[in-house]
Amino acid sequence: MEIGVRNLCKSFGDQAVLRDLSFTAGPGITCVMAPSGSGKTTLLRILLGLERPDSGTVEGLTGRRISAVFQEDRLLEHLSAEGNLRFALGREYDAKTARALLDRLDLPDTGAQPVREFSGGMKRRLALARALLAPFDVLLLDEPFTGLDQENRARALAAIRETAGVRPVLLVTHDTADAEGAPVVRL
Amino acid sequence: MKRQRPVRLWAAAFWLLVWEGASLALASTTGGRMLLLASPVQALGRLLALAATAEFWQAVAFSSLRILGGFFLSCVLAVALAALAARLRWVRELLSPLVAVVKAVPVVSFIILALIFFSSENLSLLISALMVFPPVYLNVLEGIGHTDRQLLEMARVFRVPLSRQLRGIYLPAVLPYFRSAVSLGLGLCWKSGAAAEVIGLPEGSIGEALYTAKVYFQTGDLFAWTAVIVTISVLFERLFLRLVDAAVRKAGG
Repeated sequence: MEIGVRNLCKSFGDQAVLRDLSFTAGPGITCVMAPSGSGKTTLLRILLGLERPDSGTVEGLTGRRISAVFQEDRLLEHLSAEGNLRFALGREYDAKTARALLDRLDLPDTGAQPVREFSGGMKRRLALARALLAPFDVLLLDEPFTGLDQENRARALAAIRETAGVRPVLLVTHDTADAEGAPVVRL
Repeated sequence: MKRQRPVRLWAAAFWLLVWEGASLALASTTGGRMLLLASPVQALGRLLALAATAEFWQAVAFSSLRILGGFFLSCVLAVALAALAARLRWVRELLSPLVAVVKAVPVVSFIILALIFFSSENLSLLISALMVFPPVYLNVLEGIGHTDRQLLEMARVFRVPLSRQLRGIYLPAVLPYFRSAVSLGLGLCWKSGAAAEVIGLPEGSIGEALYTAKVYFQTGDLFAWTAVIVTISVLFERLFLRLVDAAVRKAGG
């Protein structure tokens, strides 16, 4: 399975954010690297169907289930970790699978504690767990390691690789270490 | 939420003494009879005497049923229309002048107009509903407008059904706005509902009792019935807001 981005253009007012962008993302992780403000988030928003491109096409996403980590955590602050997972996953939520992944991401059992009391790193790991637990065909990750130390970063990357398997993953990052041999798209 | 300071006992006692003094002063001009202004003790006596009659409780039930019925009907309608208006611009535009008119026109104009077309029996229901609608509609609409767009996008990406979005995203965002509207609306509905009954004079209502008290210079009865209206209004407001607060806490807003 592949995602094909063909001649994608997007401007906000006079400012061109994406200029004739084309690439193909195959199975596994493809890194999208670029300096801040160069349209990475806009690209993911277009792939998520939240933004329309001015021109160009995206192939391979129609009818596919997409899961994502957004640039922001986008968690329900008043709910617990479990509440957030249940909210996003509904009947797909399985307590055992969720606990195993949370343990893997080194996120302790916080019980009923609301997410608003979590640290930035905990929130980020929960957002990643949500994305990995949701059923998906394509995974889009916008800087999922923000606020994580090296150890947790490595754990998270391993969990992504293992969970995604051969399914395409677009990983937006500006850390070359995250690429680890994966194909890189530079904006 | 900022709580109002409770009324100090000494301040309440001071104003009761002022009332008593004014009552005595006016009584001295009418040969010692407290005709023009009943004293607090007289008002309390009348309240207790009235409360011992079946007619009193029938009047309380009659008016409460209609005024609170109007309140609930209006809340349901206002929330439903606010949800629709938040989604459909033309609904918002269509309702905008109507809400502005209801807010601006004096309640007595509506009461008199309504009396031309409707019977007086359910007038207070209609008027209280009309007065409650603008604050609830506008506040709920504002609450929906302040719902976190990023969370809604997240819900869309994860294919979260609308029912779960309502519970998890919309409700915590809207409930605090709904609460402040309800607090305002409950006071309004009792004031306007009682005024409608005084003008429309539905048989067996609190409004009719107030009017009778006025016609026969029974200021003791007037104060007693006023106290009844204030008491029911405050009690219901506290009860209802407590329920809303519990819902706010549960929703986490």
